[in-house]
Amino acid sequence: MSLTATDIRNLCLSALALGICALLPFGDNGYWLGLGVTIAMFTALATSWALFSGPTHYISLATAAFFGVGTYVTGLGIETLPFWALVILAGGIGAVLAALVGLATLRLSGVYFVIFTLGLAELVRQAITWVQNNSGQKGLYVLTDLDEAGIYWWLLGLTALVLLGGWMIGRSRLGFALRIIGDDETVAAHSGINTARAKVLLFMVPGAVAAMTGAILAPRYVYIEPSLAFAPILSFQVVIMALLGGASRLWGPLVGVIPFTFLLEAVSSNFPNQTTLVIGIAFLVIVYLLPKGFVGLLDAVLHRINKTGAV
Amino acid sequence: MDILITGILLGGTYALIAMGLNLQYGVARIMNLANGEILVAGGYFAFIAYTATQLSPILTIFLVAPLAFALNWLIYRVMLQPLVTRAKTRGQLETDSILATFGLSFIGVGLMLSFFGGDYFSYSFMAVPLELLGNTYGANRVISFVMAVLICGALYLWLNWSRPGLSIRAIATAPAAARLVGIDVKHLSALAFALGGAVTAVGGALISTYLTLDASTGVVFTLKALIIVIMGGVGDVRGTIVAALLLGILETVVASLLDPGLTLAAAYVMFLGILLFRPQGLFGKKPT
Repeated sequence: MSLTATDIRNLCLSALALGICALLPFGDNGYWLGLGVTIAMFTALATSWALFSGPTHYISLATAAFFGVGTYVTGLGIETLPFWALVILAGGIGAVLAALVGLATLRLSGVYFVIFTLGLAELVRQAITWVQNNSGQKGLYVLTDLDEAGIYWWLLGLTALVLLGGWMIGRSRLGFALRIIGDDETVAAHSGINTARAKVLLFMVPGAVAAMTGAILAPRYVYIEPSLAFAPILSFQVVIMALLGGASRLWGPLVGVIPFTFLLEAVSSNFPNQTTLVIGIAFLVIVYLLPKGFVGLLDAVLHRINKTGAV
Repeated sequence: MDILITGILLGGTYALIAMGLNLQYGVARIMNLANGEILVAGGYFAFIAYTATQLSPILTIFLVAPLAFALNWLIYRVMLQPLVTRAKTRGQLETDSILATFGLSFIGVGLMLSFFGGDYFSYSFMAVPLELLGNTYGANRVISFVMAVLICGALYLWLNWSRPGLSIRAIATAPAAARLVGIDVKHLSALAFALGGAVTAVGGALISTYLTLDASTGVVFTLKALIIVIMGGVGDVRGTIVAALLLGILETVVASLLDPGLTLAAAYVMFLGILLFRPQGLFGKKPT
């Protein structure tokens, strides 16, 4: 892998930005840190989501399912295994689960995939509820000495990993193959790309990241039960944030995560019953006003400035 | 036997709902994920009509149908047609319409939550036992089933024998060729979408006579209808009916023998089986 000077500069700048973000817990331990955790969590989720859905245009609603599985990995294993091992284990389980879902649905058209992932969280939730009812256990307690700042650093580390991984995938043969698939799947198949394999491989990334995010956040909930861990709204929030920012760039989702987190925060504290309405409107805004997200908007503006500058 | 008949009674109403979605997806090419909200809205309408004026849900459907037709026609014309015109490929239209109808679905839930609150609603309509083959069933279930059969039958005849019905089936089979033989695809797509919405809303009014609904249950019905449509084959009336009955029976079997909390999980396992072994639908031909 050869790095140009721009690459090295960008990497250094990103590392610096991340370092500044890591200082947040020293400045504030209450409201802002809580918001920081939410933003870090959604950045990891939305960026990994866009890694798969950006090039392929498949809309995955499986985030909540993987996330919930991750929280349950921590919930079940916290007594026996160290926390870091659980996070890695959750990532592995999430990747395997994603591979299975991908193998079943990614050979088919996008609609099947959307429908299947839409119900996946509900499927796992019903199964876990059933097992719990039959074993007489109601929920799980996750008691650790991990505080809010610790969770924040864990999430920040995961986000850094996702961004780095995404950058590397973008430069690899797999990333190139996926861009061709996104442009024209027939062409991709004819030029010798195993399209199903490439899609399944890449779908494992958001699966693993969502499960790891769930595993990291489990201590924050303290008490885990299926309806909390598998809340389907999470999947939709991730889709909106990623598309609002723009899934065509690695940093695009971040641009969507920050404003939408603040918006939802403001709406849910002032009009708690209207969050569904806001999510609905956000979907329509994406489809009708910002089909390429903020990134697309920015590109268009820059393009116009360049054009007028040349004339 | 008892389980089988209960399952078939449930499946009858499912068939009606799935027919609505199938018209929308098969003809207008819009995967309408707000379908369940239309259903719940139909249920609310029947509920209000019954509690306020004692109007029988069997009569309410004659009010629900034209209202839902008009609403869905408007939705298609104002919101979805621009997407159809804008889309360069089938895939792009799919993505756009999925996102747009998700938006509509959330807005529908949000509006219903703010108007009616989040409570479950149910009313007691013809909750009298009716004896059938040695077992007793709720009369409301039987009547809903009979109504569903009548409406499905009428739709089937209309699609197979009337001129607009045949044109609609032509669009479902080959949209480009349909235009060449002088079928107004734009107009008839809107018609099919509106008709699908009307059928679904009627299904909602009927289902509200024996099931408890709330503002956010719509998505469950959307999922079930989607599973039925895919299992039965897109644009296939006969397949839809068979798939709906199968799903109704499967759910009743699981609910009564295993656990009522697992019905959707069971439907999903069936869906997975279809995806793995017959992605073209029960009666669909394998694409060459």
